[in-house]
Amino acid sequence: MVVVAKNLIKKYKDTMAVNGIEFKVQEKECFGFIGPNGAGKTTTMKMIYCFVPRTSGDLQVLGRDPSIHPELVKANLGVVPQDNNLDEDLNVFTNLTMYANYFDIPKAIARTRAKELLAFVQLTEKEKVKINELSSGMKRRLMIARGLINDPKLLILDEPTVGLDPQARHLIWDRLHELKKQNVSMIITTHYMDEATELCDRIAVMDKGKIMVVGKPKDLIRDHIGEEVVEVMLMDMPAGKLKQDTSGFNVTLEETSQKCYFYCRDCRSLLSHLADKGYKHILRRPATLEDVFLKLTGRDLVD
Amino acid sequence: MIKVSSRWTKVWYRNYISFLKFFYVNLVGNLGDPILYLLAMGFGLGAFLGQIEGVSYVQFLAPGIIVSSAMFAAVYECTFESFLKMIHLKTYDAIIVTPVNIEDVVTGDIVWGATKAMLSGIMMFVVITVFGLIHSWWSLFIPLLIFLVGLHFACFAMLITAWAPNFDYFSYFLELVITPIFFFSGIFFPLSQSPGWLRALSGTFPLTHAVELSRALVMGTVPQRPITNILFLIIPSIGLFYWSVWRMKKRMIK
Ligand SMILES: Nc1ncnc2c1ncn2[C@@H]1O[C@H](COP(=O)(O)OP(=O)(O)OP(=O)(O)O)[C@@H](O)[C@H]1O
Ligand SMILES: [Mg+2]
Repeated sequence: MVVVAKNLIKKYKDTMAVNGIEFKVQEKECFGFIGPNGAGKTTTMKMIYCFVPRTSGDLQVLGRDPSIHPELVKANLGVVPQDNNLDEDLNVFTNLTMYANYFDIPKAIARTRAKELLAFVQLTEKEKVKINELSSGMKRRLMIARGLINDPKLLILDEPTVGLDPQARHLIWDRLHELKKQNVSMIITTHYMDEATELCDRIAVMDKGKIMVVGKPKDLIRDHIGEEVVEVMLMDMPAGKLKQDTSGFNVTLEETSQKCYFYCRDCRSLLSHLADKGYKHILRRPATLEDVFLKLTGRDLVD
Repeated sequence: MIKVSSRWTKVWYRNYISFLKFFYVNLVGNLGDPILYLLAMGFGLGAFLGQIEGVSYVQFLAPGIIVSSAMFAAVYECTFESFLKMIHLKTYDAIIVTPVNIEDVVTGDIVWGATKAMLSGIMMFVVITVFGLIHSWWSLFIPLLIFLVGLHFACFAMLITAWAPNFDYFSYFLELVITPIFFFSGIFFPLSQSPGWLRALSGTFPLTHAVELSRALVMGTVPQRPITNILFLIIPSIGLFYWSVWRMKKRMIK
């Protein structure tokens, strides 16, 4: 086990950020946390990478308790926090070699490793550039390279692709897939459901400091939504009428002010029925993790 | 609990490398003020004054200017610079997720502050030597003295930084604490003729003791109370060091 958490609690002054969660991350696994803003994802990550102490509960990271010998735990972690914190006084290359020095990596090895990593995230030409001359996508890639400088056993990525263009996102996904092949364990948070589906072996959905469900993306989708989703645009029609019209069908229905969502295993009969009743604005699509997310955490903005 | 490991040297090294990048800017920034004081007060005002304690005014002033330049350098480094790294640049956040712990980071910054103090004190010392105001080989101990002064004020400043909510806080610290220390530690006038309460107060400033030692080293005279001087430069620093590391840890690790 890479991480084992039992009844983990983090309380800031008067906020319950993490409220008794339990999860395990296996070796070579890519484990994801998803959940709305303020769910407690970052706080959970910070407890794992020894940045904030837990309030109570058990936590083992790489077989050790982070509150006892943090430096031993941290030596084998790669951390990419939510906010970039590159060293703006140093150039791109020195950012990596200086970081290597914090890990007691000898200079010569650090230089080779830095060169390899810059090539890995396609920043070789930017080697001598100042940090504030990088685009935000480049900074993010450099953050990931920096997180890998010590050949970590566990890589922790808090929203690795936030604010990146599709090309940069795909490049990062590519690189993370490569790392998975090299058996690096990973923990990721993200607000992009496609990213979570793409990268994670298992996902925990968090809300209000609790883990609601954990599972493989496919299983989560199948168990909570089904195979397909039918979206019906209401176009000023009352939702009640639609409910009545489809009352004969054994499907889950969710409504928002603009749309109704039907979650079903096989939608064909429902679709033809809706067509018979004269509904026009209908979309049939495969169920996704986003449906699971919205179903479990609610479609409305919480705060 | 406070555990400082030898990894603080890595933080010191980081600061050193970043300092080299801005070497000339740093140089001018550090030397400007003390030289101005020396010229304006020493030669300017000094021209109207007679001798003080048997020497010319500029000669009286110079040893104090050396130690005060060290004080200002340390204070600047461990207030504005450290605060910037902690709050705005998130440099501390980045470092403490490596095996380097927060205690090491703070220690590295404090020793760096003392190093900067030593550099600026030494540069001032060179300037003063050029003006022909150094009279004894004993003055070779001055780098050690200003390192102690730097360490003291670096710890003191770091403690303030641990509490500071924003940069304005440092202006108060400078105006209400550092400037009075600067004016009343016997740099500009001998304390022997001041009222008793002022002499007592200034006797508690470690800077006063540094000034006394500096003056003795520069002139090659025997200081009146060397043991007291040295104790005042060391003991408070030890307390301030642990206190500031502890407060910084409390601030960073929540
Ligand atoms: N340093 C802190 N002091 C006080 N409260 C905090 C602190 N950090 C986080 N919180 C609170 O803890 C809760 C969880 O925050 P956290 O950053 O873990 O959420 P998150 O799931 O990462 O959200 P996001 O998706 O927006 O990044 C929030 O209510 C937040 O306001
Ligand atoms: Mg977060």
